[in-house]
Amino acid sequence: MRKKKIKLAIADVLVLGGALLIFGVPLYFLVINSFKSQKDARQLSIAWPESFHIAENYYEAFSNQHFMIVRAFFNSVIITFFSVLGLLIICSMAGYVIQRRKDRMTKIANAMILTGLMIPPAIMPTIWVMQKIGIYKTIFGMVLVEIALGIPFTTMLFRGYMGSIPKEIEEAAMIDGCGKFRIFGSVIAPLLTPIASTVVVLQAVTVFNDFVNPLYFLPGNDNVTIQLTLYNFMGKFASKYNLLFADIVLVTIPMLLLFIFFNRKIIDGMAAGAVKG
Amino acid sequence: MKKKQKTIYSGWFLAPALIVFGGLFILPTVISLFFSMTVWDLKSWRFVGLDNFINFFSEYSLRIGIKNTFIYAILTCVMKVVIGMIFAVILTSKIRTKNLVRSIVFFPNLISTVAVGIIFSALMHPSKGLFNEILGMVGLPAVDWLGNRNIALYSVIMVDVWKGVGVATVIYIAGISAIPKDYYEAASLDGATGLQQFWKITVPLCRSSMNSVIILAFIGGMRTFDLIWSMTGGGPGFATDTLASVIYKQYAAGFYGMSTAGNVIMFVVIAVIAFPLFNYLTSKEVEV
Repeated sequence: MRKKKIKLAIADVLVLGGALLIFGVPLYFLVINSFKSQKDARQLSIAWPESFHIAENYYEAFSNQHFMIVRAFFNSVIITFFSVLGLLIICSMAGYVIQRRKDRMTKIANAMILTGLMIPPAIMPTIWVMQKIGIYKTIFGMVLVEIALGIPFTTMLFRGYMGSIPKEIEEAAMIDGCGKFRIFGSVIAPLLTPIASTVVVLQAVTVFNDFVNPLYFLPGNDNVTIQLTLYNFMGKFASKYNLLFADIVLVTIPMLLLFIFFNRKIIDGMAAGAVKG
Repeated sequence: MKKKQKTIYSGWFLAPALIVFGGLFILPTVISLFFSMTVWDLKSWRFVGLDNFINFFSEYSLRIGIKNTFIYAILTCVMKVVIGMIFAVILTSKIRTKNLVRSIVFFPNLISTVAVGIIFSALMHPSKGLFNEILGMVGLPAVDWLGNRNIALYSVIMVDVWKGVGVATVIYIAGISAIPKDYYEAASLDGATGLQQFWKITVPLCRSSMNSVIILAFIGGMRTFDLIWSMTGGGPGFATDTLASVIYKQYAAGFYGMSTAGNVIMFVVIAVIAFPLFNYLTSKEVEV
C-alpha cells in the first residue's frame, strides 16, 4: 500500500513536471523576455533578466504607432461583441426550429450545417459579394462574415441542447395562449442559458483570435484588428523581441482572464461540441 | 400535427440564419466554381476554361502546396490522435494533479495562432534559440529548424501539434470518462493486463471521440494558414507552402481567378476525403 502511494506520488510529479516543461516553458520564455531590455531579450534565452524593464516595455508596446494597439483592441472587441451577439440570436432560433421540426426544410438545414463545418469559405467570391452589397472593408461586413462562418458550429450546439428540453413546455405555453414568438422569446430562450454561455466563451475566443478573416475581409489601417497588429509588429520589431513579446502578452491577457473564470465551461464545451458534430 | 409544427416552429425562425449563411457562405461557394475558370480582377473577368487548374497541377510552386497540405494534414492528424490519446489516458488515471495538468495542456488553444508562431520562431532561432541550445547541451549539432527546406515543414507541424493536442486530449477525456468502470473491473478480475485493457476496452469504446479528433484535426490541417504564415511565410522557397498560403499569395499578387481555383481545389479535396471518411468512421462506432 505504502509502495503504491510512493509510486503514485512519483507519477504525479512526473506528469506535472512534463506538462510544465512542454507547455509551460514556451510561455515562461514569452513572459520573461517581455521584461528584459532590448539587448538582453535579443539573446532569446530563458535566463533571468539582467534588469527589469517592465513598465517601459509595456508602455512602449502600448503607445507604439499612436496607440495602434488600443485602436485595434477596441475594433476587435466591437467585432467580437457583435458577432457573438448575432450568433446567439440567429443560431438559438435556428437550432430550436431545426431540432423540433421534422420535414424537408430541416433536412436541408442539417445538410448545410454539415457542409459548413467541413468546407472552407471561398474567399475571393466572398469579397466580391461583399463589394456588391457595399460591406467590404467595413466592421459591419466583418461581423456578418464572422457570423456566417460561426453559424454551422453554433447552430449545432443549440440543436443538440434543444434535445434535452421537453416539447411539452411549448405545448403548454401554446394552450396558455402564447404566440409563437413569445413561446420562443420568453419560454424557451431563458432555458437555453447554459449552452448560450458556452457559445459566448467559445465564439469570443474564436473571433478575437481570428487572423485569416480580417486579413482578407478587413484590410487597411483604419479598422485594424488585434491579430493583424501582432503580425505587423512581427515585421516592425524584428530585432526588438522585448516589445514584440510584450505585445503578445497584452493581447493574450483577455484570453487568460476568460480561461481563469470559465475554465470548465471552455474545456467541456469544446469537448461536447466536437463530439456531437 | 403537421399544422401545429408549422404554427409554433415557424420557418421565420430559420430565416436570419439562412440569409446570412446563404449570402456569405453558400452563394460565394457556388460562384467560386465559375470564377475559378476565369482571369479575374474583381471588376472584369475573362473565361479561360480549365487553364487555372492545369497551371495548378503543372507549376511546381503551386503543386507543392497540394503535396505539403496532405503531409501537413495527415501528420498533424496522426500525431494528435496518438499523443492526445496518451495524454488522455494519463489524465484519466489516479493522478491527483489531473485538473491542473488538463488546464495546462489546453491553454495553448487560447493563445492566438500568430502569437504561437512568433514564440516558436524565436525558440527555433538557428543560432540563439532554446531548441538548439538544448541540442548543444547534449552534444548534438544545431538544426536550422525553419531555414532548412527539408525540415521546415515538419517544424511547423510540430508546433501545430503542440498548440492543438489539448483539444484532442479533452475530447478523449470526455469519451474515456463515459466508459463504465465495471468493464475495467471485470477485465482485471479475469486477469487482463493494463495494456490489454487499453486495447480491448478503452480504444474500441472511445471510438466516437477518436473519430471526432480525426475529422477535426484532418480538416483543420487541410485549411491551415495562420501558423505557416507567421512562422515561415511559405518559405524557404516554397518548402512550406500549403493550399491556403498559395491561395493567399495568389490573392496578394492580384491573380484572383487563380486564387479561387486554389480554393475550389481545397474544398473538392476536403469533400472527396472528409465526407466518405466521416461516413466510414461513424459506421464503425460501438455503442457503449
